[in-house]
Parts: sequence; structure tokens; C-alpha cells
Amino acid sequence: MVSIDQYLVLSAILFSIGTFGVLTRKNAIVIFMCIELMLNSVNLSFIALSNHLGNMDGQVFVLFIMTVAAAEAAVGMALIIAFYRNRDSIAVDDFNLLKW
Amino acid sequence: MENLVQAALKTVNFYAIMPSVILVIFGMVLLLIGVFSKPGRTTHIAWIGIIGLICAAAATVSAWNGLAIKDIGIQFGFADQVAQDGFALFFNIIFIFSAALTILMSDDYLRREGYPINEFYSLILFATAGSMWMASATDMMTIFLGLEVLSVSLYVLAGFFYNDVRSNEAGLKYFLLGAFSTGFLLYGMALLYGVTGTTNLSEIGLILSSQHQAMLGNPMTIAGMLLLSTGFLFKIGVVPFHMWAPDVYQGAPTPITAFMSAGPKAAALAAFMRILLFSFAEMQVDWSALLWILAVLTMTIGNFMAVSQTNIKRMLAYSSITHAGYALVGLVAANYIGFSGILYYMLAYTFMNLGAFAVLVLAGKKGENNLTYEGLAGFGFKRPFLGVALSIFILSLMGMPPTAGFTAKFYIFAGAIKAEYIWLAVIGVLNSAVSLYYYLRVLVAMYFRDPQEDFAWVSMPLGAMVSIIISLVGVLYLGLLPERVMELARIAIF
Repeated sequence: MVSIDQYLVLSAILFSIGTFGVLTRKNAIVIFMCIELMLNSVNLSFIALSNHLGNMDGQVFVLFIMTVAAAEAAVGMALIIAFYRNRDSIAVDDFNLLKW
Repeated sequence: MENLVQAALKTVNFYAIMPSVILVIFGMVLLLIGVFSKPGRTTHIAWIGIIGLICAAAATVSAWNGLAIKDIGIQFGFADQVAQDGFALFFNIIFIFSAALTILMSDDYLRREGYPINEFYSLILFATAGSMWMASATDMMTIFLGLEVLSVSLYVLAGFFYNDVRSNEAGLKYFLLGAFSTGFLLYGMALLYGVTGTTNLSEIGLILSSQHQAMLGNPMTIAGMLLLSTGFLFKIGVVPFHMWAPDVYQGAPTPITAFMSAGPKAAALAAFMRILLFSFAEMQVDWSALLWILAVLTMTIGNFMAVSQTNIKRMLAYSSITHAGYALVGLVAANYIGFSGILYYMLAYTFMNLGAFAVLVLAGKKGENNLTYEGLAGFGFKRPFLGVALSIFILSLMGMPPTAGFTAKFYIFAGAIKAEYIWLAVIGVLNSAVSLYYYLRVLVAMYFRDPQEDFAWVSMPLGAMVSIIISLVGVLYLGLLPERVMELARIAIF
């Protein structure tokens, strides 16, 4: 039997890995994957807590998060492709036109 | 199963979300009309969008009138997910104005920049509907959905000029950082759900207040509150989560910059206010102390960064960060003058900021490389009406009487003084004085520099003119006769 604490700790670790990846990676798609990891660690928290608390709100919330994440992925990929067409790169170091 | 469905259907109440339903329907109709229109012709689509916004405004006003009637009152719906109270309705009006002014100034601009694409208007309507859900949400799920409908539309709009590298970059930056902040927001919601066992804002408030000490000692509550606030403060553009704002504002199409700095910012502020008041009312002392620091940082850093800018769009981006700091002052004060001051401030800011951007949209050449202080040299004499209009908007952003900016700041700082945050008010007023420097540079460039160019490219299309005139009327009305709107803002506070 896995206890609620273990789920929450795993979720916190996944969230931290995602955050760390966003802050250190250079490739826009890898950064986006790290963001997805963060969202999925939140999903894990919600489901574990929902099971633990015995009400369904958390699971409904997860369905919404997954739907929204899919929509966001579509828009994000479109933006990355548009950027790649014009700059031949998706490295965040090349996001350098807007500066003062 | 049958009973569950019936019970769920009983809570459906479309009257409680009428304005946003109207906008979503109009958004989809616009997409269809766009399919059957000739490519490159978008003027009729823009005007149909305006009709949609007028219908939504009518629904909002009728719901406002219904508030005072005993049998109608505040409308709840969808199992307490939304509440259409005065607060939500007042914010609805702000969103509708910001969307309408944006659509009016966009039509000619999109053709000049070579992107006359009809989806632009649908996306603005969807973003406005998302804002409305955020303002009327009484459940974390609805807040999240509204926030995402708003954000996803804005990601597309910021990167709308798909062949322009700066717009691509703005869209991509906004997308990556926005999704990142959403992750924090959701993690905060998950932790709060874990502590309280519910996602409803008022129920969270009840549980937190009934077990105040135990809850405050629980690290999950504190972490949840902080993560949740991080997500919202990012969207509002508060220092230290403001780094995306100048880049995105500069790269995005100018009408979208104007829209982002008014409507969505107000939406995030509305949802944040509701969470603070419904769920964390017991911890008011704690979050007031935290927001005190953030408000001072935001006002000061926004101002000092704005001083060194040469691009006017970027200067206005930093000034918009500063204005978010002024609005936070009302939140710190946490009394009814401060709260109704925020509502008033966001309405006033919508008029003055969108008005200023509408003039800049007309003053720009294709590509907008001339929107610097030097680029506006002599603009006031070559184009007298636009010059006077821009001067009034800039004076209002400074906070000069008799414009909306003055009365709005007056109410905000009055709230801070009433709550005995004297130093906060003093710092706010000193910051307004610093902001004179960079705002005056616009006026100096317009009136005290010899014109380098003849501004022959500046046309006066009907839509942009209507938008400038509405903004002028709004700025002067709120500045000269503030009592009536202030009274409405006071009624709107719960």
C-alpha cells in the first residue's frame, strides 16, 4: 500500500525536476516538455489527494488540466514552428531581438 | 445515473454567464463569416464583433439592474462555479471596453501591416469571454479555465504577425513563461485542495478561518498560497515576475499590446482579489504585508526602468508595470475605498492606455520603427487633433487633474491613508513624480522638437477615430465627474 505522503513527495520531486529543466535548458521544445512534466506532476498530486480525501473534485480538475494542456501544446508548437521558419533555430539564446 | 444527470442539469444557469455566452457565439459566427468572405476583407467582421460586444454590454447592464430586484439578485450557476455579482459585472464592463477599443483601432492597422486576417477578432472575443469567467469564478476550476481561455488566445495574438520575427519572439516568450507560471498556479491549487478538500473559494475560506491556527502552521497551506499568488502576480506583471512584460509588449502587434495591458491584467487582478477576499480573508494581515513590499518594488522598479527607454511602446510597457503597482496599493489597503479604487483605477487605465495606444497605432509607419521619441518630433503641430488627444492621455497616465488618472490615483491613495499606510501613499506619490520625467518626454518631442517628417502617412480611419473619441470621453468624464462611477464601483464591492 502506497501512502499519500509518497505520492506527494514524488509529485514534488517531478515538479522540481520540471522547474529545474525550464530554468536550465536551451531548446524551446525541451523547455516545453519540462513544463508538461510540471503540469503532470500537479495531476498526480490532484489524483492522489482526491483518492485520499474521497471526493471527486480533484479528478475532475485533472481532466480539465489535461484538456487545456493539449490545447496549449497545439498553440505552443505552432509558435515554435513560426519562430523556426524565420530564424532557423529554436534555441532560447536566439530570443534576443527584444532588448533595451 | 439518471438522477445524477438531472441534479447536474438543475444547476445549469446560462443567465449567470450570459455576456460571455454571447461573446463566444459571436466569436464562432465571426469565424464562419470569415470563411465565406473574400481574403483580406475584414472590416465587416470587425464591425460585427463590435455588435457582439454591444450585445454583451446590454446583457451586463440588464444583469446589473437585476441585482437590485429581489427575485433576481445575484445569479449563481453550475454548482456554485460562477457568481454574477456586481463585482463580476463591473469588471465585465472593463473587459468589454478594452476589447471594443482594441477592435476599433485594429482594422486599418492590420491592413497596413499586411495581416488582414479575420481570426484576430474572434480571438479577441474569446479572450474577453475568458476574462469574464475569471472575474465571475467562485471556484478554482473556473478560474483556471478562464485563465487558460484568455492566455491561449493571447499567445496566438501576441505572435499574430507570423512573418515578423519580433512578433514570433514575443509570442513564444509569452507562451513559455505563461505556461511556466500556470504550472505554479496549478501546484498551488493542488496543495490548497489537499489541505481543505474542496476547490470552492468560499468553502476554502470557511475551512481556513475555522481552523485558523492549525492551518497557518501547516506548510502545505503556506506553500499553496504562495504558489497560487505567484501565478497571479505573473499575469498581473508585478515585480519580480515582470520580466516577460516589456519584451512581449514591444514585440506584439500594437493593438494587442494595448489590449494585454488593460483587459487581461484586470482579469487576473479580479480573480486574485476574489481569492484573497473569499478564501484568505482571515490572513489579511499576512498578505497585506507581503503585497506592501511587492507594491513598492513594482512602482519603483517599473518607473526607473521606464526612464531609460527610447522606444515608446516599451516605455508604456514599463509604465503599465508601474500602474499595476499603484493598483496593488488598493489591495494592500484592504478597505472598501481601496477595493472600489482598484475597480475605478482599472476602468480609468483602460481608457487612458488604450487611447494612447490608438494614437500610436495611427502614428506608426509600416513596421513601426518610428515609434521612438525622435520619431514623434513635431507630431503635435503636423497632426493637431491626434497631438492633443495623445497629450490628454499622457497627462492622464501621469495623474494630472482634471483627467481620469488623477481621480483614480486619488481614490487608491485615499484608501491607503485610511488604512494608515501613510508611507505607502507617500512612496506612491513620489513615484508619480518620477514618472513625470518619461511621460513629459513624449510631450516635449511632440511640441518642442522641429518636425523631421511631414507625417503624411497618418490617415484617420473611422474605427480608430471612434476609439480615440470614446477614450477621450471616458478619460474626461471619469476625471471631471467621478462621483457616479465611483458610487457604482462601491456598490460592486461585495
